Amino acid sequence: MVQYLATRLDVSFSALSDATRRGVLEQLGRADASITDLAEKFQMTLTGMKKHVGVLEQAGLVTTEKVGRVRTCTLGPRRLEDETAWLERYHQLWDARFDDLEKVVQALKRKEKLDGRKK
Amino acid sequence: MDARNESQVTPMNNRTTVERQSERELVVTRTINGPAHIVFEAWTKPELLKQWWVPKSSGLSLISCEADVRVGGAYRLVFVHGASEPMAFHGKYLEVTPCSRLVWTNEEGGDAGQVTTVTFDEKAGQTLVVLRELYPSKEALDAALASGSQAGTLETFEQLEEFVVTLAAT
Repeated sequence: MVQYLATRLDVSFSALSDATRRGVLEQLGRADASITDLAEKFQMTLTGMKKHVGVLEQAGLVTTEKVGRVRTCTLGPRRLEDETAWLERYHQLWDARFDDLEKVVQALKRKEKLDGRKK
Repeated sequence: MDARNESQVTPMNNRTTVERQSERELVVTRTINGPAHIVFEAWTKPELLKQWWVPKSSGLSLISCEADVRVGGAYRLVFVHGASEPMAFHGKYLEVTPCSRLVWTNEEGGDAGQVTTVTFDEKAGQTLVVLRELYPSKEALDAALASGSQAGTLETFEQLEEFVVTLAAT
């Protein structure tokens, strides 16, 4: 499970490792946009923007559709998978947290026993 | 993700379960091997809380932990992740019932944060901890869950990235 998750997340992570690509996702979170719009917004060439969108598309974070001469970008189908990843991460956090809580509670229990004996 | 299918909690089983129990709510459960008054103490004394609230695997370090655990009292936890700017998680306690129940707000994301309720239920020397995170709306929880493709929460993905990198290296 963990390895599967790690492999799949790797693709997303390398897609997200670039500030422009994160900006593109943020932008698409607000509204769909064409590659031309995005290139303008991020002040880069069409070719450069196409490359970034291609990486995001491969990671499933963005989908594109060409209508006439315009390629429109929208946020991709990864949301459901992200939900799984998020819950998995949330679960791991709480599991680790409770493991540490268990240690604190055991130490307090020992201390209470000791104090009890002293009385 | 078999943990999500187990809504029934067996007290002797000390596994952590996480479940989306309704449109607006996430529920985490775990049984801790100790009486409720001790578990409650570990949640309410800052010097104890800071020993377990931030596990190493999270990649975060806690730099300060203040918790004034009484109704209306505030808490503030400040973390750093690597060389990042410190992040503060803060809110206030809405309910404090010794040894059985705590309710607090989460205000770092603005006023419409989730409300966390944790209950402690002791049975035969063990304590079932049930933690509920109630979001203000279905949309708010959906947005949190879909955070991978949402703006503003990308930094949590970066934390996960570090975690995964650590995982891959071991």
